[in-house]
Amino acid sequence: MSGRLPSVLVIDDNSVRAAIIEAGLREAGHDRVTVITEIAGIAGKIAALEPDVIVIDLENPNRDMLENMFQLSRAVKRPIAMFVDRSDRDSIEQAIEAGVSAYVVDGLRRERVKPILDMAISRFNAYSRLERELEDARSALQSRKVIDQAKGLLMRSRGMSEEDAYALLRKTAMNQNRKISEVAQGLVLAADMLGKGGSDG
Amino acid sequence: MAEIEIAAGFIPLTDSAILVAARECGFAEDEGIALTLLRETSWANIRDRMAIGQFEAAHMLAPMPIAFELGLTPLSLEVVAPMAMGLGGNAVTVGTGLFEQMKELAPFVSPDPQGSGLALRAVIAARKAEGAPPLQFGVVHPHSGHNFELRYWLAASGIDPETDVDIVIVPPPFMPDALASGQIDGFCVGEPWNSVAVSQGAGRIATVKSAIWKSSPEKVLGVRADWVRNNPHGLSKLLRALYRSAQWCGDPANHAALAHILARPEYVGQPASLIARGLDGQVVEGLSVADKAWFFEPFARAATFPWQSHALWFYSQMVRWGQIEHTPANADKARRCYRPDLYRAALRSLSVPIPAANAKVEGALTDNEPVGATAGALRLGPDGFFDGRIFDPDRLDAYLSEDAD
Repeated sequence: MSGRLPSVLVIDDNSVRAAIIEAGLREAGHDRVTVITEIAGIAGKIAALEPDVIVIDLENPNRDMLENMFQLSRAVKRPIAMFVDRSDRDSIEQAIEAGVSAYVVDGLRRERVKPILDMAISRFNAYSRLERELEDARSALQSRKVIDQAKGLLMRSRGMSEEDAYALLRKTAMNQNRKISEVAQGLVLAADMLGKGGSDG
Repeated sequence: MAEIEIAAGFIPLTDSAILVAARECGFAEDEGIALTLLRETSWANIRDRMAIGQFEAAHMLAPMPIAFELGLTPLSLEVVAPMAMGLGGNAVTVGTGLFEQMKELAPFVSPDPQGSGLALRAVIAARKAEGAPPLQFGVVHPHSGHNFELRYWLAASGIDPETDVDIVIVPPPFMPDALASGQIDGFCVGEPWNSVAVSQGAGRIATVKSAIWKSSPEKVLGVRADWVRNNPHGLSKLLRALYRSAQWCGDPANHAALAHILARPEYVGQPASLIARGLDGQVVEGLSVADKAWFFEPFARAATFPWQSHALWFYSQMVRWGQIEHTPANADKARRCYRPDLYRAALRSLSVPIPAANAKVEGALTDNEPVGATAGALRLGPDGFFDGRIFDPDRLDAYLSEDAD
């Protein structure tokens, strides 16, 4: 069955990310993809699956255990090397920076494994990007809320217009070389402590 | 002063102390080093991040540089060990039930390695008679002091580590939970994870590394060989900073402060009171004053000197347990990973006592004795194995054939 694509096992306790990788591999025509998110009993599962390629999240604390298992060759009957080729420094670097590692059974040709690793790297990167964007959006929303609160405080306590209140926050931020949201946060906290934070002013 | 930027990886363990204190107490800064410490979740990660140049140095299991050099790892890299990160610091903890059973069958006083070993042997014999499955012991890595000292203790107690028990790999911070949940019956790990398991009521300490082999090596500072070649002065500064740090960590007057630093979430992330037990040697009740001092030593007794006899002992155990085939070339590779020459070159300007020899006969010192040093007075030892065996690095073949019989 030399034409058949290698079988792939994805080990990742982040089930969302694992699903994204699995989907990518299936789109690329891999029909033998298994995802394991639970580390318990993994030795037996690997022995039963006999995967050609194992893709694992770099932060998984069980990597030492898994590598030992590969080395003992009890679970995996053929010797296993890391990544595609020890000399392939570029893919190793890209993979580690993306947060993924891959183990490959001996004898698999480089060009059969490279697309799998590339897929895993790009999907890991895409997932991290998504996470960052989500985090950014969350904190942007948070700052907007705080700035609105601070504006409200200034409008009530100093009788300012909304425009003037914002201008004052911005000027203070520039003078202190801080972000507007930080100045606003400070103002809201101070008002809270002085008991002026109530919505009725 | 020109700043040197060094990134070093570490695993949350008490024996990361000299790296952590070098950063937190200003010893690195004093040498013009901007030291960044990055906590990792596995030894594999430390290796991989080092291989792609993200780390210049790392807290490493003492046999790791040897395993790299011998090509035993899935990713190759060249790492040297120009400094050790202390002596001792590990213990063998067994589940509370197993501990009681051991005491019942053959009473012993913890942490006596002979008594506890015989007691464990008795339990294993009883289990065999009942047809119970073999006990499972966790160690942190196949190429670790933990794996080798556990196996040494078991074998010297008449227990075959290959057939009488199962040895599995478990990450250090997971050991207490794995023991509490019954996934494993015991483990050999560094502090504070023994004390954490004991404080949770999950286990009791059967014996300690410093009793199995006194003054025995545990972690080294692993440094990328290409970085060492290109930055000899940077390395010297780093070693001086770490030497000063080790001196500070070794002073009992600083243990409370050190425990608080290590307790922080970015380092070990466990209560300072538990970390202090390992620093003060108070892991087991009933230790003598001398035993307490011996449990973990970051500085005294040349605790930071990279003895080539330590490298060769680890190599002998790799051969003994089938990790590598013995050849003179392999033995030479193992020995050369440890670099006392770099240690001496870096510390010469400090005029501190440094061992004059690169290797010693392990187990020859029965007391704390004065030895030849480059400057001032230096005392080493005791450095004996609990079963009385001697490891003479010049008689490696004879030592290996004793085990092969």
